[in-house]
Amino acid sequence: MSTLDSTREFFRRDQVWPFLAPEQAAVNVDNQVILYVEGLNLSFDGFKALNNLNLYVNDGELRCLIGANGAGKTTLMDVITGKTQCDSGTVFFGQNHNLLNKDEAEIAQLGIGRKFQKPTVFEEQTVFDNLELSLKTDKRVLPTLFSRLTPTQIDHIDEVLKTIGLAKHRFMLAGALSHGQKQWLEIGMLLVAEPRLLLIDEPVAGMTAQETERTAELLTSLAGERTVIVVEHDMEFVRSIARTVTVLHQGSVLAEGTMDQIQSNKDVIEVYLGEEAAAGEQA
Amino acid sequence: MRRITLRHCIALCCCLFGLLSLPSSGAESTSLDPLLVELGEAKMKDVEPILVRIEAASDDSILPLFRTLLEGNLYYIEAEGQVVGQFDVDGQTVYKDVFTQQVRSDLQKGDVGKIRVNNKLRGYLRNAMARIQLTAKSPSVRERAVRELLSKLDDDTVEVLEGLYPNEPNKKVKDVMGLALAMSTASQTQLAPSNRIAAIEKMSTSLESDVRNLLNRLTRDDSAAVVDAANVALEKIAQRVNRFAFVDQLFFGLSLGSVLLLASIGLAITFGVMGVINMAHGEMIMLGAYTTYVVQLIMPNYIDYSIWVAIPAAFLVSGLMGVLIERLVICRLHGRPLETLLATFGISLILQQLVRTIFSPLNRQVSTPSWMSGSWEINPVLSLTLNRLYILAFALLVFIVLVIVLKKTSLGLNVRAVSQNRNMAKAMGVKTNWVDAMTFGLGSGIAGIAGVALSQLTNVGPNLGQSYIIDSFMVVVFGGVGNLLGTLVAAFTLGIATKFLEPTTGAVLAAILVLVFIILFIQKRPKGLFPQKGRAAE
Amino acid sequence: MTRLTAWFSEGRSTGKHTLPFVVILLSVTILASAANLFLPADSIFYVSTYTITLLGKYLCYAMLALAVDIIWGYCGILSLGHGAFFALGGYAMGMYLMRQIGDRGVYGNPLLPDFMVFLDWKELPWFWLGMDQFWFAMLMAVLVPGLLAFVFGWLAFRSRVTGVYLSIMTQALTYALLLAFFRNEMGFGGNNGLTDFKEILGFNLQADSTRVALFLITAILLAVIFVVSQKILSSRLGKVVLAIRDSESRSRFIGYRTDRYKVWLFVYSAVIAGIAGALYVPQVGIINPGEFSPINSIEMVIWVAVGGRGTLIGAVIGALLVNYAKTRFTAIMPDAWLFALGAMFVLVTLYLPKGLMGLYGQLKAKRNTVMNKESQA
Repeated sequence: MSTLDSTREFFRRDQVWPFLAPEQAAVNVDNQVILYVEGLNLSFDGFKALNNLNLYVNDGELRCLIGANGAGKTTLMDVITGKTQCDSGTVFFGQNHNLLNKDEAEIAQLGIGRKFQKPTVFEEQTVFDNLELSLKTDKRVLPTLFSRLTPTQIDHIDEVLKTIGLAKHRFMLAGALSHGQKQWLEIGMLLVAEPRLLLIDEPVAGMTAQETERTAELLTSLAGERTVIVVEHDMEFVRSIARTVTVLHQGSVLAEGTMDQIQSNKDVIEVYLGEEAAAGEQA
Repeated sequence: MRRITLRHCIALCCCLFGLLSLPSSGAESTSLDPLLVELGEAKMKDVEPILVRIEAASDDSILPLFRTLLEGNLYYIEAEGQVVGQFDVDGQTVYKDVFTQQVRSDLQKGDVGKIRVNNKLRGYLRNAMARIQLTAKSPSVRERAVRELLSKLDDDTVEVLEGLYPNEPNKKVKDVMGLALAMSTASQTQLAPSNRIAAIEKMSTSLESDVRNLLNRLTRDDSAAVVDAANVALEKIAQRVNRFAFVDQLFFGLSLGSVLLLASIGLAITFGVMGVINMAHGEMIMLGAYTTYVVQLIMPNYIDYSIWVAIPAAFLVSGLMGVLIERLVICRLHGRPLETLLATFGISLILQQLVRTIFSPLNRQVSTPSWMSGSWEINPVLSLTLNRLYILAFALLVFIVLVIVLKKTSLGLNVRAVSQNRNMAKAMGVKTNWVDAMTFGLGSGIAGIAGVALSQLTNVGPNLGQSYIIDSFMVVVFGGVGNLLGTLVAAFTLGIATKFLEPTTGAVLAAILVLVFIILFIQKRPKGLFPQKGRAAE
Repeated sequence: MTRLTAWFSEGRSTGKHTLPFVVILLSVTILASAANLFLPADSIFYVSTYTITLLGKYLCYAMLALAVDIIWGYCGILSLGHGAFFALGGYAMGMYLMRQIGDRGVYGNPLLPDFMVFLDWKELPWFWLGMDQFWFAMLMAVLVPGLLAFVFGWLAFRSRVTGVYLSIMTQALTYALLLAFFRNEMGFGGNNGLTDFKEILGFNLQADSTRVALFLITAILLAVIFVVSQKILSSRLGKVVLAIRDSESRSRFIGYRTDRYKVWLFVYSAVIAGIAGALYVPQVGIINPGEFSPINSIEMVIWVAVGGRGTLIGAVIGALLVNYAKTRFTAIMPDAWLFALGAMFVLVTLYLPKGLMGLYGQLKAKRNTVMNKESQA
């Protein structure tokens, strides 16, 4: 290496001052795995919400999480998105991002989007503003103050508005939307942010059969380019979209496989499907 | 069986009779009267033998007579064969019975003749008084007499003490007498140093200021050994004094803590359990204090009992006001804490102005019942004021009662149910509106009781509540919202911390430091000392 | 189409009142000033200097109300300690004015203000150094409140202290400062504060022209701050701020570090309060620790609540109305003012949660629907 080169290397900003290094290195998915969850433990006042949970999700996968109430599905999402601190374990996004030492905003900026069980949108602002806020942009204070919408961004928002069927309501206050429309708006807010990984909690609760079908279509179309994790109670819906299903039980993974494999799994029948099957037989 | 009971009854009656008759015995007993006539009519040189006979014939109840005579104020009413004291009240000459202090307004200057005393008689009287007190029946009188002698030990008194010391039955009195003798020994330079050092060692266990004065004098003594011993003794005493000063400070801290506890415990219910911000909480305290004032106005002759009327009255007044506020304002602002804060602040302004209009903006005087005034003297350097002591006990009592109410009664169960999950409680048939009103009433009522207690410590004025509101919020937040035990710990911690800071920083800076500490603490642990955990806390 | 959308998305803003507000504010100010300076005292249009000063005071309060509204109305942070920032700005100006007295004080000490001579101090404390320079004092008037807001906000928002807790913390903050400034040892004049000012930048503070100039400067600064705040709040940052008010956790999950937004907005608000305080002091001629008292800070909140929070114009209107009412009330029946103020707190929160601007909006909406019906018929 020539002197010039080494000097240049020495003066590379990101090498000399760690805090000047770009915050977001690209997500490293060389091993095809985008999410590593290993040995996760979390207890609330003695109740073990997560119990040595291990989960690996491949890049571009559509994964369904099912499990009875209290199985730890939502808690798992809380830990991944930084809402809840876990007691022990590791969560990596790609090979290079440790999610446990980041807060919610950093995790969101890395490209992990989340939709809540109860739709939460900014009710006092218009549908358009809701989407504008969710755009994938520089979200620091000063850039936000001086930002202007570019034509590309506006086109992008329009596109998403069409996808979620709210094009006509773009200037309506989000608070005035129906429950189902809010669900869609929240999905739209996810889409417009172009995340690498989507965590979706009960997307079809409160939707009509037709809307449910559209949601299923949308989610399957997203998979491949993006990675999608869905938590859902509606078994019909899960069957219609899932390629791989993970069953959680009492805070750890009980079984993993295709829907058929799961349905024939003894343990699963016993703790989860069994109840439904029994109920089905009675009906 | 029956006879035994009867006998018990008789015994009891005798006892009671004895107790009742006790105060009436003494100076007024008829045997003294002829002696008093003799005293009145005797010539100067004959007075001393008469006094000796009077001393022999009576007990310590004769002291007022001797004192009056010593001061030269004793007069003889020739017409009645009675003595009387002449006193100067506001420039007027007034005659009073020396024993009962009753004013004899019928007497004129010409009716009485002065009983004169000379120096010899005065000397006799002084010694006689000391003797009478030292041999008084009550050990506490004897003890006080000896203690008073400590500062003016002369040969005569030492002689008297030496005579009494071996036969003194009461241990405490005997100790003090021993101390006095030791002081006399230590100060006599003609004695052998070893005796004096032994006496100094004995003195080093005492905290009397007279002892310290004497020891200070002894550090300038001619004998080097005595000086050393005095210094060691002073050092030892200083250590003990410091220890008691620490206890004293701790007591003041606990006292402040109890005030904070009283002020914040109602808030711990309305804010901590119900989650309602009541900025008018301080005014509930103020209403309680004013209720005490009004109760004392109504029953001016029964101040000693007024507290027992004021406590339930204050609870009712503040509690009803609380229920009123809850029903009219707070229940309509459910789930909007910031608006509740503003509305209740408005209420606090109205209440303050109301009190100003009714009672005037000036502070009102609330008297302290006699049983609460005075202090409990543990030793010469440590005395605890009774009102603070009672309030400390009262605060703890209120706390315990409240904990029991919340844990054991159905109201408590309902309150806890509503605070944990309002909708579920409603679904289970709990009348949430009623529970809210009752809880708020309870919290406000307790604030009223706090007002009764505070009226004994501070001025009662329209701004009384304001000065406590921020402190009590700090206590509740510091202790952890929704946690009564946390409030207790926080109140005493802050109280003690403030009082221990005060000597080094001054009162104002101490208050500021404590506030800043809490602000920083809340940043670090937003949920307080004892946070609620788990999913319920979300 | 897209351009139209862009225009809408920016123009949707709440800024429709900006231009009329600035025009009315400045024209009233200029007319009043001219009436004071150029009309004879017996003219019916003459505006007395007392009125000018009173109006100037109201405008300072309006500026302060803007500061409270920006943080409370738009971001949902109820600060009960904005009086502290106001007073700190005021003290910075007061210190400058004190130094301008020079040797004309009672004790005639050229360097030390009277109260320091009285306390037998020998030299100026370090924090009084440089305060004789106007630029430096004005820098401090914005820097000190801003720094305090930054430190406090940084600590509070980072550890996610929100809602009522935060309100009480801010109240404790101003209470602590109140106690501190009462102390003589602090070197800010203790109980009496700073007063007996003579001149500002060489102009006599008692002169009519100085009073009018101060009034005009206040009005201009109010207009500037109004327009700048309007711009900020209608930018995307303003939308983020609203989003934080409505659902802070959701804003975090779409990638905004809400604590930083809140800190900077809090600092901005505190700086405005500091400027208002600095303008207030030369007009009223005194600054004392009473300005730190918690009741002052909470009164500011009611101005905003009466006018209508979440609209800048509402904050200004509320501040002007309530203070005018206060002036009238305290002149006619002083005892009744606290009753009125208390009742205002209760009634506004119960029946007018969006304030007068909300009422105005409702009435307008009602009239529109009536007119629509009529036109349909």
